[in-house]
This record gives sequence, structure tokens and C-alpha cells, in this order.
Amino acid sequence: MKRFIGFIKKEFYHIFRDRRSLFILFGMPIAQILLFGFAITNEINNVDIAILDHSKDATTTEIINKISASKYFSIKQIIEKEADIESVFQKGHVKAVLNFEKDFSKNLIKEHRATVQIITDATDPNTANTISNYVNAILQQYQKDVNKDITIVYQIIPETRMVYNPELKSVYMFVPGVMTIILMLVSAMMTSISITREKELGTMEILLVSPLKPFQVIIGKVFPYIFLSIINAVVIVMLSVFIFKMPVEGSLFLLALESILFIISALALGILISTISATQQTAMMISLMGLMLPVILLSGFIFPISSMPLPLQVISNIIPAKWFIIIIKGIMLKGVGLQFIWKETMILLGMTVFFIALSVKKYKIRLE
Amino acid sequence: MNNNKVIQVEGLTKMFGDFTAVNAITFEVDKGEIFGFLGANGAGKTTAMKMLIGISNPTSGNANVAGFDVFTHTENIKKNIGYMSQKFALYDDLTVRENITFFGGIYGLSRKRIKEKSDALIEELGLQNVANKLVGALPLGWKQKLSFSVSLIHDPKIVFLDEPTGGVDPITRRQFWELIYKAANQGTTVFVTTHYMDEAEYCDRVSIMVNGKIEALDTPKKLKEQFKAENMNDVFLKLARG
Repeated sequence: MKRFIGFIKKEFYHIFRDRRSLFILFGMPIAQILLFGFAITNEINNVDIAILDHSKDATTTEIINKISASKYFSIKQIIEKEADIESVFQKGHVKAVLNFEKDFSKNLIKEHRATVQIITDATDPNTANTISNYVNAILQQYQKDVNKDITIVYQIIPETRMVYNPELKSVYMFVPGVMTIILMLVSAMMTSISITREKELGTMEILLVSPLKPFQVIIGKVFPYIFLSIINAVVIVMLSVFIFKMPVEGSLFLLALESILFIISALALGILISTISATQQTAMMISLMGLMLPVILLSGFIFPISSMPLPLQVISNIIPAKWFIIIIKGIMLKGVGLQFIWKETMILLGMTVFFIALSVKKYKIRLE
Repeated sequence: MNNNKVIQVEGLTKMFGDFTAVNAITFEVDKGEIFGFLGANGAGKTTAMKMLIGISNPTSGNANVAGFDVFTHTENIKKNIGYMSQKFALYDDLTVRENITFFGGIYGLSRKRIKEKSDALIEELGLQNVANKLVGALPLGWKQKLSFSVSLIHDPKIVFLDEPTGGVDPITRRQFWELIYKAANQGTTVFVTTHYMDEAEYCDRVSIMVNGKIEALDTPKKLKEQFKAENMNDVFLKLARG
């Protein structure tokens, strides 16, 4: 036990004396959460739009006022003819043009239907989509207000209600993803680098010749990173709760347990990487290409798995991060207990056991 | 078993697939002896050494190190030997004192003993002024002397040195060998591989490996007579060229 404490102490010296690892360990999680939370967002705010109003009557004015009053849009320009639409888009500031048809009010009253065209700049499809949804929502609301005294029979008004994240805050989507990436990065990349570092420097050989058993060496190497990963997870959850007001609906205890399980599976991957790479550079490349990219692209963090082509959907199943993201979204946003995520937990547990067994086996072969 | 023989090797062999890296080597090393283990690159000396220090399993043969069998008691062997590899192997980002403390710790020395040892070692090497400086800031020669002293921290019966003086100047090498003599005088057996033939002259006995076999084994003086050579360099060249 005394030997073990000495070993851990040495590991912490390594970590705290290396600015690069310190930055990856503590600077990166905070920077990533803040970046994803503030800068990279799917919400729209003060989007510039232009109006082409062919009727200029009471109804269109009222609608335009409603749109203008919302915090989502600001009316940048009023244009007079169809031909100008192209040119306002080309200037690039205006993301959408609302084109009200002629005799809007008259049509609405006489024929019970009037048309407004929403033209969006789809060079950025996500934004275009969001804009059109927001405009629709405002129009629906207006329609409801106008019609509230009149009963129209046989009218179906679809009312969409977003549950668990009613304001569609993108930070809710990013926090679980960023947490997954950070834990993966710290646990897998940092451990694989720190183990290969000892190999590269030749100190690993000295350690193996010492009375320490190989598994003691490995546990000594990974233990500090378990500890630091847990601290990181706590920091991320606190940032998201206190700065982004993200709720943690479920049990914190369960969240902690699941996080530790994921950390251990990432550590096992890190050990596995260190057994197959001879230098720190190789370890870093394998961690980045082999772990980080799939975590970012295939885990469902940014791109929804259900809209991927089938082969990628199948592949996504072998990525531990996918299951972890499902689990923490469940706990944080839906507040579910273990009975709803036991399947994902079992898969993650199985993967962890498999990675540990494989790295132990690989490690032994290397010693021969 | 003769208690004076700290290493006894008989027909020790290591195969990698079809390739025989070490081919049935046999030798003995006495207590307190400085035993030179020579050979060209790829002759099999590092592989042979790895079997003796318990990090590589022999394919066949017998070997006994510090009174323990290399097949069954590697854990006991590890407690009784020191090892310094050709790569300099202290931690650059730890101070001199932290390095000594760490290695003392993994060999299970008590805190009090580590303190005593560190003080003695720092004084012996004249490192008082840099004891709390990072090892990375020290000149290579100092690092190597420190590394050697650290490999002796648990008073091992045998110390294995794998090309310990690679890349240092002749004066530092000289000082390094003085440390080796001192350790040998105190009863530690020294098992050393080297490329420098002048260093071979400092050894009590020398073995020369060629293609996995020990082709010559005797005192440097007798080897020179046997091969009618001026110095160990000529002995080595005659043997290695066959």
C-alpha cells in the first residue's frame, strides 16, 4: 500500500508539472463546455429578414409587427418587388424574406385563406429550417388570436409540444456530448500517453524489473486519471447546472455511478492503446483518430444516429460513447432511473469487461 | 550449490519462433565479481540479460540468479537485483530527491531508510546543491551516476548494467567505473554489458557472445594470451569476424 501511494504521488508530480497535460485536464473541459454552450448554438436570435409586402393592409401590418416584436427576428429591409429578393440574399445579411401576396386581408376574409411565402437562405440548412419553424409558429399564434371568437368546424390545428427540452436549448444536447468527449479524452488519451511515455523513456523497463507486479504498475498509472476524470465530470455538471441552468432530473448518485463505469471503460481502452503503440505520438494519433472521431461523429452527439445510413447505424453500436450519451441524457433530462437504462448500462458494462480482459491479455503478451 | 556463485547458468536458450536468439549459454558468476558481458549488436546479450532479470521467459535450460530459479521465482530475483538500462531511466520531471524517494519506495524501503539513503547518496555524488532541482536539468554524466546509485538503493546482491556508459565522455566514464569498483568492493556483484573494449579491460572476467553463443569466457589477460592479441579490441574483432 505504501508503495502504491508513492507511485500515485509520482504520477501527480508528472501531471502537475506538465503544462500541456494540465491544460488538457482542466482548461479543455471548461473551454469546451463554454464554447458549445455559448458560441455554437442551434437557436436563432435577431436574425435579419426582409419583407416584401404586396398588400400593405391591416392584417399584414399586424403580422409584421408581431414578427418584428419577437426577439428572434429583426427586420432589416423592406423591398418592393420580386426581383429584389435575389439581391438581398446575395448581400448575405438577410437570411429570410417574407412575401405577402396581394390582397392578403381581403383573401383571408373572403376565401378564408391567404398566402405568405417564406423564402429562406438554405446555404445553412439548419438555420433555414429553424427560421421557417419560428415564422410558422408566429403565424399560427396570430391565427389563433384572430380566430378565437369564431368557431370554425373541422379544422385540424397540429400543436407540437417539445418535451424534456421545451425551449430546444442546444446546450442540453451538448452537455452530455461534451462530458462524454472530455471523459474519453482524459481517460483514454491521457492514460495511453502516460503509459507509452514510460515505455519511451525506458522507465517502464525499470518498473517491470522492480518487485512491483505489472498490474500494480498499470493500476498506479491509471488511478490518478480516474480521480481527475471524476473531478472533471463534477465540474462539467456544475457548469451546466449553474451557468446554463440545465436540470439534473434524475439521481445524481446514479449519474456518478454510470460516469465511473464509462471512465473505467475509457481507461481500459487507453491501456489497450498503450499496449499497441510504442511512442507517445502513436498513442495520441490512435486516441484521436480511433476514439475521438467516432465519439464525435458516430455517438449521436452531433448527428442523430437514426438518420445515418444503416451500416453506420450498426457501427455506432460498438461505440461505448453512444450508450453513455443515451444513459446520461436519460438521467439528466428525463430523470429516469436504472429500470429504464439497465440495458444500456449492461452493454457498457460488458464492453468495459471486454476491454479490460483484452488489455490484460495484450499486456501479458508484450511482457513475454 | 556453491554459495559463492551468485549467477549460475546452464544451457540457457531463448527462441523467437525459428530464430534462436540465445543458444544454450553456460556460465557462472562469483559474488563480488565484475562480470563483463560482451557481444556485437544483435549477438543476444540483451535477450540473455532479460531472462536473468526475470522479464523474459527462457525457452529451455537452467538458470539461478541470487539463489532463485529464473523459471519459478522471478519475484524473489527482482527483490535481490538492481538494474540500469541503456536508456537513461530516471524521471526528468522529478527532482533528485523525489527520484530517490520514488525508487526507494517501490523497493519497499521504510521512510526512515529512504531518508538515510538519500542523504548518503546525495553527499557521495556531491549533489547537495541540486538535490531539489529537476533531474532533467542535470548533465548526462551526473544523471548516469545518479541512475547507477539509484539502482543500488535497496542493496541488491547483483546489479545488472546494460550498456551504462553510452554517450558520455571518457572522464565521466572513468568516474562511473570508480563507482562500479566501489560497489564491487562492498560485495555487490556487477554484471555489465558494454561496447567499449577499454571497459572490458576493467572487468574481472569477460564473456564474448557471437550469434547467440558464448565463444570466449575468461579474464581479460588470459583472453589476450589465448587469442594472441594486444588488447581486448583485437580479441573481440578476431572472435566477431570468426
